[in-house]
Order: sequence, then structure tokens, then C-alpha cells
Amino acid sequence: MTATPEATEATPTIVLVGHGMVGQRFLEALAERGLTATHRVVVLCEEPRPAYDRVALTSYFSGKTPEDLSMTDMEFIATHGIELRVGDPAVSVDREAREVTAKSGEVFSYDTLVLATGSYPFVPPVPGKDAEGCFVYRTIEDLLAIEEYAKSKAKVGAVVGGGLLGLEAAGALKGLGLTSHIVEFAPRLMPVQVDDGGGAALLRTIEEMGLSVHTGVGTQEVLVDAEGAVTGMKLSDGSELAADMVVFSAGVRPRDQLARDCGLTVGERGGITVDEQCRTVADPHVFAIGECALASDGRVYGLVAPGYEQAETAAATIASDEASFTGADLSTKLKLLGVDVASFGDAHGTAEDCLDVVYSDSRAGLYKKLVIGRDGTLLGGILVGDAEAYGTLKAFTGSVPPVSPESLVLPAGAGESVQLGPSALPDEAIVCSCHNVSKGTIRGAVTDHQCTTVPEVKKCTKAGTGCGSCVKVLGQLVNAELEASGVEVDKGLCGCFGQTREELYEIVHALRITTYQDLLDRHGREEARGGDGCEVCKPAVGSIIASLAPTIGASGYVLDGEQAALQDTNDHFLANLQKNGSYSVVPRIPGGEIAPEKLIVIGEIARDFGLYTKITGGQRIDMFGARVEQLPLIWARLVDAGFESGHAYGKSLRTVKSCVGQTWCRYGVQDSVKMAIDLELRYRGLRSPHKLKSAVSGCQRECAEAQSKDFGVIATANGWNLYVGGNGGATPRHADLLAQDLSDAELIRLIDRFLMFYIRTADRLERTSTWLERIPGGLDHVRDVVVHDSLGICDELEQLMRAHVAHYRDEWSETINDPEKLARFVSFVNAPDTPDPVVAFVPERDQMKPDLPLLSIGMRPAADVLEGSAQR
Amino acid sequence: MTLALETTDLKIELALDDDWFTVCDLTALLPGRGVAALLPDGRQAAIFRDRSGDLFAIDNRDPFTGAAVLSRGLTGTHQGRPFVASPLLKQRFDLASGECLDDETVRVTAYKVRTA
Repeated sequence: MTATPEATEATPTIVLVGHGMVGQRFLEALAERGLTATHRVVVLCEEPRPAYDRVALTSYFSGKTPEDLSMTDMEFIATHGIELRVGDPAVSVDREAREVTAKSGEVFSYDTLVLATGSYPFVPPVPGKDAEGCFVYRTIEDLLAIEEYAKSKAKVGAVVGGGLLGLEAAGALKGLGLTSHIVEFAPRLMPVQVDDGGGAALLRTIEEMGLSVHTGVGTQEVLVDAEGAVTGMKLSDGSELAADMVVFSAGVRPRDQLARDCGLTVGERGGITVDEQCRTVADPHVFAIGECALASDGRVYGLVAPGYEQAETAAATIASDEASFTGADLSTKLKLLGVDVASFGDAHGTAEDCLDVVYSDSRAGLYKKLVIGRDGTLLGGILVGDAEAYGTLKAFTGSVPPVSPESLVLPAGAGESVQLGPSALPDEAIVCSCHNVSKGTIRGAVTDHQCTTVPEVKKCTKAGTGCGSCVKVLGQLVNAELEASGVEVDKGLCGCFGQTREELYEIVHALRITTYQDLLDRHGREEARGGDGCEVCKPAVGSIIASLAPTIGASGYVLDGEQAALQDTNDHFLANLQKNGSYSVVPRIPGGEIAPEKLIVIGEIARDFGLYTKITGGQRIDMFGARVEQLPLIWARLVDAGFESGHAYGKSLRTVKSCVGQTWCRYGVQDSVKMAIDLELRYRGLRSPHKLKSAVSGCQRECAEAQSKDFGVIATANGWNLYVGGNGGATPRHADLLAQDLSDAELIRLIDRFLMFYIRTADRLERTSTWLERIPGGLDHVRDVVVHDSLGICDELEQLMRAHVAHYRDEWSETINDPEKLARFVSFVNAPDTPDPVVAFVPERDQMKPDLPLLSIGMRPAADVLEGSAQR
Repeated sequence: MTLALETTDLKIELALDDDWFTVCDLTALLPGRGVAALLPDGRQAAIFRDRSGDLFAIDNRDPFTGAAVLSRGLTGTHQGRPFVASPLLKQRFDLASGECLDDETVRVTAYKVRTA
């Protein structure tokens, strides 16, 4: 049995006309207020399917099915006894008799009528607009028709309208394999959301995707062939554009015809006029919500969030609760064809005397504008290409931000850029505007409701469950609050040490502790003292001792004494372990510069030992497939030819890549190869929290990709620019500019300080990129410390680096001259000359590869292995 | 010193099916590191010595990857249990029982070991 009351005369009836996103939300609001139990609820829905996610309409073309897009839980409809009549739109309203007639001919009496008829696509009244091949972009049915036509009859498509939907439509056509054009009457794309500058940044990015954009021209006529099918368009500048299909996406208009026909008041430019309770001004029994309504502030809202608010308001009013809709924030953040576009507050600067702060880099497709009031209040803004700061900036709208406006729009790394964290937000700042959740409410979820994770906070406050654009800020707030409320977050390195890596570094340095056991027994967790430590802290402490070796009086040789037992297998065998138990060998080739004789030696060694060779990304050569007992033989020949360890196995400096530079290149302005070699030789062997990569480019063309390195150097006419904190790999990050136009000596001094400060303060396995983003104060703090010596430690940092440079010895030449160390490089302690039978190879192309079937004998299924590794 | 003279002569032996099998001198083992030994039937053992001098031996083959590399892993103590972490995908194995600490369904052979 449902909760529906019998449809007697005594039962009040609510008729909802329209079942879109807002209509569905209205039904949910009725149910939440218990109105579905006391009322008969009838829904007249024009489309052949119940409410679906129109905002995500375009995702149909990326694989979502209409069912995926559905927002209607049929169980909800049934449970609440809602009479949902799909494909049966209302055709007329008799307000006097309070009756609605549906297309099916059925007549429904109402006590309350709610119009949620949405809007219709505006099609400019041009000749040929109804020709075969003309479409609009509004419903799932429209998309199905577009898809069918595009696949069977079209090669070129034109979209009329360069707004949000127009761009989505053009992207969809391109995705269907069509050459796509966008025709926009306004002088820029997305004229509502962005200004000319934002439009320019957007234009460049959109064009780079292969879409042709025609702005500032209108459509005069759709051209058709003898059969009446589209052949192109005539534009207002007299030109013609050939196209096989046209999609009109030139905006929407409120669907208010039903209201007009029954004499309800509508606005001059359309929209059913309603008051703050969303009740029509002409008839207290009739409400209008969503895109068909002209709200009390004189606006028609085309966004879903205000529509939801109106739905809540109408439902509350029907339930005799107090509610009102007086207007809504038009802030939006979209990812449009992969481009971030956001606008918030008074984005177009309509307030009197307001000022703009603009950062624009059309080369990178970036445009950021903030609108500031005379008193410094942030009024609004536009972000194109990078909307990272949207959540924070929006929350600050209406207040004076705690830092200067220009610092908020500059990209990370440029001058005085500030990453304003959410901690700076006032408690009343709205973090989630979909659900109107303030920072204070989110903090309360942690402090008063004992939420300890972001999902719990989302459930508790609803924050982040709408558009999701605030989830990042939400995460930062939750973590900060957890820490502040004293939830014990164990920051210890591992189960053996309660200290962070940075704290252990300070202990080792200050107390000159030279052995792991000493550190563990004196400073480890109570339960770990006297034990054997673990695989996490041993290499970390080994690295700290190695970094500080000359200063604390430890051996700098990683295989000496106890240190040998601390090293990961790669460091222990001074080579890189591969999946079958063999090793790869990488000799150092500083700056990637190598003479033919040395190349020949590498070739001969690889040939003689049957090794697989591959050029690395760091401009050197990797030789794979060496058995452990072959390593000393291979290295004896390499050392003999003048090679030394490349430390490809260590958490230490890998390579300093270079372009060919001024010596050969007609664009080069400095000798980048020499600088790269100097840097590589200076920092070789330096043990650090993680691997270090570097590069030197000889001019601003940046062929060495220095901005993707831990420290990168780019030549200028006046010297060198130093960039830090770059990364490639899984989380790419552009390096930040630390200092400009440095002399050779200044450059090296700054790198010395930077590296030693990083080694001192970073966590275990924390690359410079994550370190730079984690440490309080970020880049500005690091610049203060290493450029301006704000902590007064630069002399010490430089001294540490000088000691490293002075004490550097090649690990491999040291090892091959030490019989005791060499004794470890055997396959079996009791059969040193018998090769490990599991290490075998089979031919592949002109070389060889590991014999993997041999490994898998008696092994667990591969899927388990992957799963096991992913879990750790 | 007498003590030193005596220990130098000590051999490490593994218990195989029928007999004790001599592997190497005790001095070949560095505390905290392992060595690999080839057994008469072609299997491989990984032998370890911890900082207190206790000896352990388990099968050398990493069951997760098939490579014979456990002797090259880092050792440690987890809740009082001595372990080695595979140098490939870092799963930890109890040195006394051979049980995988990160996946209880996996276990490698553990050998009795003594000095003689």
C-alpha cells in the first residue's frame, strides 16, 4: 500500500506541470515535508522519460546512457504515491475552475498548481531554420537525433551560439567525427560568463582543439539544397559557411505559453512573474519555479541551483512554512571541453567605481580577473584556464581578502603569488553554495558531530554533494579542523620512530649520531628500542646519515659497516633490481655529453655481457639483465674506461639534462652543457629524501624541460633563472621561479642552499614538488630562507654542501677495490659461480627480455600480485 | 681472543628432510642482511642474522613475483616478530614461520637453522 490518501474531494491535490530537474527536486521537497502523505500529487511530464540530469546532457556523447542520466528513482515515485504521467503534457489551465487539461484529454482538478515547464531553445527567425539537418540541443531526444544525423549524413557541423551549451554541442559534433564550427553573434565566446579577456583565453584553447570559431557574426540564412537539406549558412558579414548540419544553441527562453494562455502575468521578456514565495502574482493557487519563472528580483534563473532553491521555497510555502527566494548567486564553475571556466559575484564589474585586477596569459590560455570595490572588498571575478582558486575566492566575495588582490590571481611561481588557504576564511563564508554550507558548519561537523573524514562531513552537512567544486577546500578544512581539535594524527616516520624525518635529521645532526642502532635505541619508540627496526626507517635513517656523513663524522660510503644493512637492495648492490631478480646498470654521463670512445665501451660491455640497452629519459644509457655476480665485472670495465656510478639506484641526484646550448644552437644564449656538467658533478652522490632531477636549458625555448625538474636552470641574456619544485611523472608540476638573472656563482650558491634546506626539512620519499606545497609558507618561505637567509642558516647549508662535494667518492670504484665488499656480489653464498637459474632471458626484437614464464612457475596469479602491490 | 677464534670456525647449517646441510661460515652473515644459498635439490634458501645474533632461514623465492630475491630484502621487527620485506613489492615475511604478514594466505617455507 502506498501512503497516498484516497482521491476524495477532501484530499487536496497538487498538480506539477513539468518533470525536469527542478520539478523532481520539488517532489522530493514535498516528500521531505510530508506533503505527499496528505496530498494527491499529479505530475504532467511532456518528455517521454522522467527527470534526468540535463546539466550533464553532453556526457551522453562520452558514453553515459539515458538511464545513467536519470534522476528519478521510480521507487521514490511509487512509495510516495505520486501519479507521474510521462509523455502527457498539460495543454490548458482553467484557473477559475482550477482544472488542468492534459494532452491525453484527462482533466485534473487542483488546489495548488506548480508550473515547472522550464525553457525552450531560442532559434533565431532566419530562413531555412526548419530545414532537414537543423537541430536544437536541449533534450535527450535532441541528442539522439543529432547523433543519428551526424553519423549518416554529415561531415561538417555548425553550431549557432558560443555559450556554454554551444561549446558543448560543438565539442560533441567534433567527437562524432565532424569538422565543427561555432558561430557566435557576440564578439567573444561565453559572453554571459566571461569578458573579452576571458573570451580571448578561451578562444585560443578552443581553437587549439580543432574547433573553428567565428565571433561577431550572426546567422542570416540557413542554406538548403533542392531536397531541403542543409548545405551551409549565410553569415551577417556576407560570407558563407559550408555545413551539413546546424545546431541552434543560441540561448533559451522561459516556457510560459501555458501561463500566458490562462492569463497569468508574465514579464516583458518572458517568464511567469512570481513573488518571494514563488507564488504567481496573479493567482495565489499557482506557483512557478525554475527556468520558467521570473523571480521577485526581476531575473529568470537558468542555473539549476537557484531552481532547486525555488523548488524548496514553493514546497515550504505550500506546507505553510516560512521561506523565500529573493535571488541567487550566479557563480558558476565549469569544465568545458576540458577548460576550467568560472565566474562569481559581480563578474562583469557592474558596481559603481569598482576596479579590475587582471592576469592574462593567452599563450597558456589563462585569464583571471578580480573585481574589487574601492574599499578593497572582493566583489567578483572571472577565471579561465585555471579555476583552482574558485572555492576560496568565492567564499571571500563580499569581504576584504587578507592579502592583496594581485597576489591572488598571479600563477604560482610568478612574483608575489599567494595560495590563500581556506584557513583564512571567516566562519560565515559559504564554502558549498549548492547547499549553502558555511565554513563554521563544516568545522562544527568535526568538533560537535565527531566527523573525522571528508565523506562523514559530506554526509553530515551535505557540503560537497552538489556540483562538487568545493570538495578540495572541504578536505583542507576538515584536516585543519581535525588537527586543531587535537585528534591525534601520528606523524611519526613509522612504527619504530615517533619523530618525522625532519626531526630525525635534526637529532642526527645535533647529537652527531652515526649509527642507526644508536638512534633507534636512544630515540625510537619505547616498544621498538633494541629491535631490528623496519624497512621504512632503515633506508630513511641511512640516507640522513649519508647526507650528513662528513659533518657528523660518519663514513660517506653507503656500504660501510652497519650502513650496508640499512640500504634498500638497490643501494646495497649499487644497481637497480628488475622484476626477475636481475639488475640494470647506469653509468653517469654528466649533462648527457659523451665522447664516441665511451659510447663504444658501453656498447662493447653490453654486447659482451648480453645486456639489453635502452636510452633513458635522463640522457644516459641503461643496461639491463645483469646478474648480481656480474655487477663487479661490468663495473671493473666501466671504471677502467673512466665511468663512475650514475646513482640511478639511489635516492640522490640522478641526472642534469641539458640542451646543446650556445655552443652549437643558433638560439642559445649560455653554455648549458657546461653548466649541466658542473651541476651534475657537484651534486652527484648527494643522498636526499627522494631522487633529485635537474636540467639546464640554453635559452627560453626550454628544450631541456628544466621546468619539470626538482631544480631547473634556464639561460637568459643576463645569466640564469633558477626554477624549483618541478615534477613530471604521475603528478606533473611546473617548477616555480626562485630567482632570476643569476651569475654562475650565485646560481650554484642558491642551489646549494635550496638542496640542503630540502634535505633537512622534507619527509621521507617527498619530492621537492610536494615538499614545496606542503611546508608552511610554501615558495615564499623557501625564498625567504634560501635567498634572503631569513633563518640565518645559509652559511651552515653552504658549509654542509661544501663538505659533501669535498668528500665525494665514486661508490663503484671504491667497491671494486674492496675484496670484502665484493664478496657480497655472489649469486649463492655456497656456490658463488652458479648463476641463479630463475634469471634467464628470451629473445625480443634484436635484444632479449626476462623469461617471465619461468618466474611464474608456482607463482600466485598475476592479478593477486598487482592487487597486493596496489594495497601497500 | 678465544671467543673470536671460536666463532670464526662456526658454520651455519640448515635442517633439510634427512640431515643438516652446511651452508657457510657464520661470519659471512652481516647482521640485518641476508644471503642466498643453493640447496642440493635446486631450491634456494635465504638466511638472515638479526642484531642479537639469532639466525633464520626461509625460502628465497618471493611468491608474489616468482623471483629469487628475498635474501636481498630489508629486515626488521614487527610486533616482536622478525621479518624480511621483499625488495620487489615490499610484502613482509615472518622469518621464523615464513608467513606473509601482509597476506595471511601466503607463506614460504621456513627452515630450522643452527650453528655448529
